[in-house]
Amino acid sequence: MNAGIDVPQIQRFGALYIAAARLKSMSKWRTIIAAVDVGNPLFYLIAVGIGIGVLVEQGSGTSGTNGIKYIAFIAPALLANTAITGIMDETVFPTIEGFKWRKLFFAQNSTPITGRQIALGVYLAALCRAIFSVSIYYILLLAFDVVNFGISFLLMPIAVLGGGAFGALMLFAAAKIEKEDQFFNILGRLVIMPMFLFSGTFFPLSSMPIYLQPIGWISPLWHATELGREAAFDYGISSTMLLIHLTFLITMLVTGLKLATRQFETRLAK
Amino acid sequence: MKTAVQIAESRKSSAMYAGRPWVLLERGWLAFRSTNWVPVVTGFVEPVLFLLAFGYGMGNLVGDVTTGSKTIDYTLFIAPGLLANSAMNGAIYDSTWNVFWKLNESKLYKTMLSTPLGPLDIALGEITWALIRGLVYSLGFLTVVTVLGLTPSFWAILAIPAASLVAFGFASFGMAITSFFKTYQQMGFINIVLLPMTLFSGSLYPISVYPDWLEKLIMALPLWHGIEMVRAFWFGDLDSGVLVHICYFVVMIATGLFVTSRRLRALFLH
Amino acid sequence: MSNPLISVGGLTKVFGDFTAVNGIDFDVAKGESFGLLGPNGAGKSTTMRILAATSTRTSGTVEILDKDPEQFGPLVRAHLGVVPQQDNLDGELTVTENLYIYGRYFGLSKKFIKGKIEELLEFAQLEEKRDVKVEALSGGMKRRLTIARGLVSEPDILLLDEPTTGLDPQARHILWDRLFRLKEQGVTLVLTTHFMDEAEQLCDRLVVMDNGAIMAEGSPSGLIKQYSSKEVLEVRFGSDRNKEVAPQLSQMCERMETLPDRVLMYTEDGEALLEEITKIKLHPTTSLVRRSSLEDVFLRLTGRTLIE
Repeated sequence: MNAGIDVPQIQRFGALYIAAARLKSMSKWRTIIAAVDVGNPLFYLIAVGIGIGVLVEQGSGTSGTNGIKYIAFIAPALLANTAITGIMDETVFPTIEGFKWRKLFFAQNSTPITGRQIALGVYLAALCRAIFSVSIYYILLLAFDVVNFGISFLLMPIAVLGGGAFGALMLFAAAKIEKEDQFFNILGRLVIMPMFLFSGTFFPLSSMPIYLQPIGWISPLWHATELGREAAFDYGISSTMLLIHLTFLITMLVTGLKLATRQFETRLAK
Repeated sequence: MKTAVQIAESRKSSAMYAGRPWVLLERGWLAFRSTNWVPVVTGFVEPVLFLLAFGYGMGNLVGDVTTGSKTIDYTLFIAPGLLANSAMNGAIYDSTWNVFWKLNESKLYKTMLSTPLGPLDIALGEITWALIRGLVYSLGFLTVVTVLGLTPSFWAILAIPAASLVAFGFASFGMAITSFFKTYQQMGFINIVLLPMTLFSGSLYPISVYPDWLEKLIMALPLWHGIEMVRAFWFGDLDSGVLVHICYFVVMIATGLFVTSRRLRALFLH
Repeated sequence: MSNPLISVGGLTKVFGDFTAVNGIDFDVAKGESFGLLGPNGAGKSTTMRILAATSTRTSGTVEILDKDPEQFGPLVRAHLGVVPQQDNLDGELTVTENLYIYGRYFGLSKKFIKGKIEELLEFAQLEEKRDVKVEALSGGMKRRLTIARGLVSEPDILLLDEPTTGLDPQARHILWDRLFRLKEQGVTLVLTTHFMDEAEQLCDRLVVMDNGAIMAEGSPSGLIKQYSSKEVLEVRFGSDRNKEVAPQLSQMCERMETLPDRVLMYTEDGEALLEEITKIKLHPTTSLVRRSSLEDVFLRLTGRTLIE
């Protein structure tokens, strides 16, 4: 008996079904998501941008930030960080939930949907959250006159790319770990927080001691931030460096997704 | 050897207090010594990361800061603020998320209240435990700061009792608030309130950069009092303002204890 | 009863517009094993929480060792060992640590508890698990540990709320054996249950509760004698036919109950009754003769089964 199940259809669009299901459960939280994703960077922007901005003005003026006002200097970094943390939330939690807490993935996998499609579905839904949050945040930046309307709209795809690169790796990591109890602690305090602080977010990476700079080099936040600054303010980054930033992020994204889809298949087949 | 009944009879029987808050500390220690040390260690790392990032990176942009009558290096300026912050964070973690867990998931307090223990024993015991944790974080941070050569004088050690008072205040208040929360969403509000308070309360820059009304508002917040109090002891600038800060925290502690023990009674002995 | 340990009169508890306990009276004597039998929602757990001095009553009187638990909460709790329906062991601690810290909540000295722990581990048959975190224990072990924990303070009364709910048959029997030992040692037990076999096994005396009220009181055998016949014949004719043949059957016995899946016929001699049925050519698909139980008492009193 076949209740009209169109297997080829599922094989083609399975990932979208998963993404749609994820988006539906995400939409229950949309108020909180919007509040956190937009509120947090906004607080940083106002508190640090204005508060420390005054000190920077009194101190080095704009000489340390390539002539850009301090608040504008940190805006692209905060935007990229919003995308990163948003995508991380929507890859890490659903994945651990799907494999361990509620074992939803195993149920989904008992239909014609494959592990690869589940992985991609979760990932796509996470990108949607980032696009949502980043868009609102970008409009706020325009409204507060932090960036000018124009080519700066590229800030949005750049931020999502940065978040997507990190999120792909997180998707893999969350599918890989078996014991999650310390994972969140380590992730939050030893990965996210240092990345946030040492990626040239609040000051140029070059102003830090050289032994701390490698944290920025491997951080998708730094690469996305530098690209974003160039898009928004003509920051004066050489085209070679732009290419490096872009290549780094794309490589990270592709590698991460490859690892993640394979890990999903392996773990579901176990 | 006294029996349980003789012990209960030997005290003036009080429904609120059995006079044994230290058994909560004993329980805290038993649970703590076998748990993973990762969250404890990482909790201590966070303020150090902030110090490194903002001190070294931002220091270059900002240079010196004028606070009150003197002008000091930016890194020196933020150290006591971060100390107050880390005391608060250590205390908040134990008195909110841990307490929430024991109230709603593990029902530990309910179990305790089925013995002769009273609500005030629990409130005092748990808050003291959180205070100790805040104290340990403070000491760790002070050690790092001293190694980095950022302590102004030996008397900066007096900032430790001040930081403990901050921890006590937040632990007491945090537990009182938590006792009203039933869902994880509600708990999320604690973070939503904490982040702006942390950013605006002047640990990273003097609040004099703000317009008058905002400055007044910030001066009503507990963390500002905490930071100013710790800073005053740190630099040895003791004046009558310190007395105000101390009173603020004494009131906060008393209110928190009162509300918490009332709430526990209403929740489990009704 | 000359000097009861527990004395309850007209006890009522109202939550909003729902009356959970509706004017119940009972006494429990020293050394007695007393049961509250009834289905879920009968008001047993509410009664237990009031006895445990962790809940207040709306009206009525309660005295535990001559003390009102509302006025002397901590003192009354010092007399009690409490085993709640849901195991609420301290998940962050090991087996011995659980026993130890619970004793400390009562203010007992370290030395006293240390000695007591050995005795209780043996009682709970958990010597080999002493340093294991409680999360790793099976359901039956957890329940035994919860009981052992309740005994740390050497209570005068042990309150057990649904002690074997959720346990597999083997674990239940082990637990019953342990509780029986306590009974032999003279510990006063008060327990709630919705299992009639448990009530029969453990209780000297019990009250049958339904909708917050006491329907009957007595010893298990006394209640059965009073409210049921000696034997019960259970016959099944298939779910559609049970109702059809019921009128015919009801002529043949003292009392009959038609349940959705079977018919219960109350009689002094089950085998003889079965023969009669076969004689009139009503062939049941299955039949069973058994002794009357508290389940039948409950059915008689309320028209409903204990477990639905």
